[in-house]
Amino acid sequence: MRCSPKPTARGDFSRMSFTVYVPRDAGALSLGAGEVAHAIAREATTRGLELQLIRNGSRGAYWLEPLVEVATARGRMAYGPVAVGDVPTLFDADFLSGGGHRLSLGFTDQIPWLASQQRLTFGRVGVVDPASVADYVVHGGYQGLRRALAMSPEAVVQTILDSGLRGRGGAAFPTGIKWKTVLEQPAGQKYVTCNADEGDSGTFSDRMLMEGDPLSLIEGMTIAGLAVGATQGYIYLRAEYPHARRALNEAIAAAYQARYLGADVMGSGKRFDLEVRLGAGAYICGEETSMLESLEGKRGEVRVRPPLPAIKGLFGRPTIVNNVITLATVPAILHRGAEQYAGYGMGRSRGTLPIQLAGNIKRGGLVERAFGLTLRELLYDYGGGSASGRTLRAVQVGGPLGAYIPASQFETVVDYEALGGIGALLGHGGIVAFDDTVDMARMARYAMEFCAIESCGKCTPCRIGSTRGMEVIDRIIEGQETQSNVRKLEELCELMVQGSLCGLGGMAPFPVQSALRHFRGDFTARVRH
Amino acid sequence: METTAFEHGETVRRIVADLKGRPGPLIEVLHAIQAELGYVPQAAVPLVASELNLSRAEVHGVVSFYHYFRSTAPGTHTVSVCRAESCQAMGGEALAAHARQRLGVDFHQTTPDGRFSLEPVYCLGNCACSPAVMIDDRLYGRVTPERLDALLSEADRKR
Repeated sequence: MRCSPKPTARGDFSRMSFTVYVPRDAGALSLGAGEVAHAIAREATTRGLELQLIRNGSRGAYWLEPLVEVATARGRMAYGPVAVGDVPTLFDADFLSGGGHRLSLGFTDQIPWLASQQRLTFGRVGVVDPASVADYVVHGGYQGLRRALAMSPEAVVQTILDSGLRGRGGAAFPTGIKWKTVLEQPAGQKYVTCNADEGDSGTFSDRMLMEGDPLSLIEGMTIAGLAVGATQGYIYLRAEYPHARRALNEAIAAAYQARYLGADVMGSGKRFDLEVRLGAGAYICGEETSMLESLEGKRGEVRVRPPLPAIKGLFGRPTIVNNVITLATVPAILHRGAEQYAGYGMGRSRGTLPIQLAGNIKRGGLVERAFGLTLRELLYDYGGGSASGRTLRAVQVGGPLGAYIPASQFETVVDYEALGGIGALLGHGGIVAFDDTVDMARMARYAMEFCAIESCGKCTPCRIGSTRGMEVIDRIIEGQETQSNVRKLEELCELMVQGSLCGLGGMAPFPVQSALRHFRGDFTARVRH
Repeated sequence: METTAFEHGETVRRIVADLKGRPGPLIEVLHAIQAELGYVPQAAVPLVASELNLSRAEVHGVVSFYHYFRSTAPGTHTVSVCRAESCQAMGGEALAAHARQRLGVDFHQTTPDGRFSLEPVYCLGNCACSPAVMIDDRLYGRVTPERLDALLSEADRKR
């Protein structure tokens, strides 16, 4: 035990320890958070200071990462972005007591970018120690499950229906209706599966949630299991997320230890078991029936629906398939009530949406707000415009199958219906920004290339159409018979949309069609090579 | 049977024995094999098939379906460069070209000295810090060609 370097406010020189937060979120680590944490621990030892170093999730303000926080009597104070070389000067400035420094950001809660957000699903991400059940409970965790255990399964499902929660994976199907269908199936083995195969470029909210507050997902799945009579849950996690895998496995072990999982959930006598299953690098496995095939250990080829997974899902049994964000939002809805959640949002898009700002953007990261912001507000008020300093020309919303939206439509509101109204889609809420150096014909080609790489091969329009699409766009880029090739490309897109078995081939043409619609000059004004 | 001569036969049998009681175990088994050996050797396919009572075609079909599973031994270090849209918006294609040039191999190939395998990846979920690269299990964001050179040199010094 060592003494603090300065007297506390009460002039007490007695021993005390400091609490410092350095994220272990993969994005923060990618910018050096691991080295910074190490340097802080080393510097503290050198100076004879005792500190508790908590490896939290990220607050989602990635341009400030690595963001270091210290707990003070008046609240948490933030410093960032911190480099290893800044660490000695932070100690010199007594940052452990919130001292002023070139990198001071003031109280974390008052950073405008964060303070203006409405974090219902992400309320604990970046705040808590992701591996600690005790910390989770202190911050309102397991209140939702406690309430659910006191309710009938029908009442839990009705609460989710009343909240208006729709699937956040992209399809926006009402979550309560899925649950109700599974609940109504005859008793027997049922499953709750979480689709954590977050493969869309521009999206990282699932990853952040699983790394920063995995227990909320675990609690949400437990509530789902109790609501529909399922005793086994699986989290289908993509192999590209090793950090999330470690965080989930730690949190699951801690939840078992504290008897929030297992044979006797919270002393209720009810069972719920949960495990993580790894995907293996196939984008198509984000499609729910393909994911189920993969969970069964097979090739991730899509199934023909019907039957719906809610009736015949995993191993032929009734199965809930929900996205990470959907399930992680469930505890908050049970805890605070359906009305409170439904009070956010607009029209048929209720609640909040964790939006991800990505690509060529100055202040990229996670913005959770009620539905209703425009693209312009997100891109400029939060995003601060392009990272390159050039004009923003286009955004792609909703991943590699989402439409490209030109700057002239940046007044569009980001909700399911408004984006649908301009021929776009919201998907999983990722927004990728491009500046005016982007070549939209090349982006269209990439959309086809991606579809060709990731097609499961089961249906012809997707398997063959995507390759033919690439070839046609190559000819357009080379300036060969532009008019007739553009016409061919448009016909091919239509065929893929109409004829594909699932959303991959059926939607891969969306970015191509939107690029043709809004940026036609990029296709027609090519110089003949 | 060719399986009897397979040098990793014991390893594969042990892994299958550990996991075969689980529901739908094939992908779990393949992950465990790749985690231990670095790849899924061709010779493991018939062995896994017979141990799990599946056809060779079923096992081969799964190994070849998933991009993550590889049938050849990887280099000492695996360099995965993200090629998806967000990284493209931040110079990802130039970075990919630089990686190919610096390592002297194309994607899906391993350098002749066996030090590096270069793989494309379609999103590492680090899209607010594009472009992103993963070297072995370590993720890097806002990677410039110069930084990639430094990271590769650093990796090369290890082992």
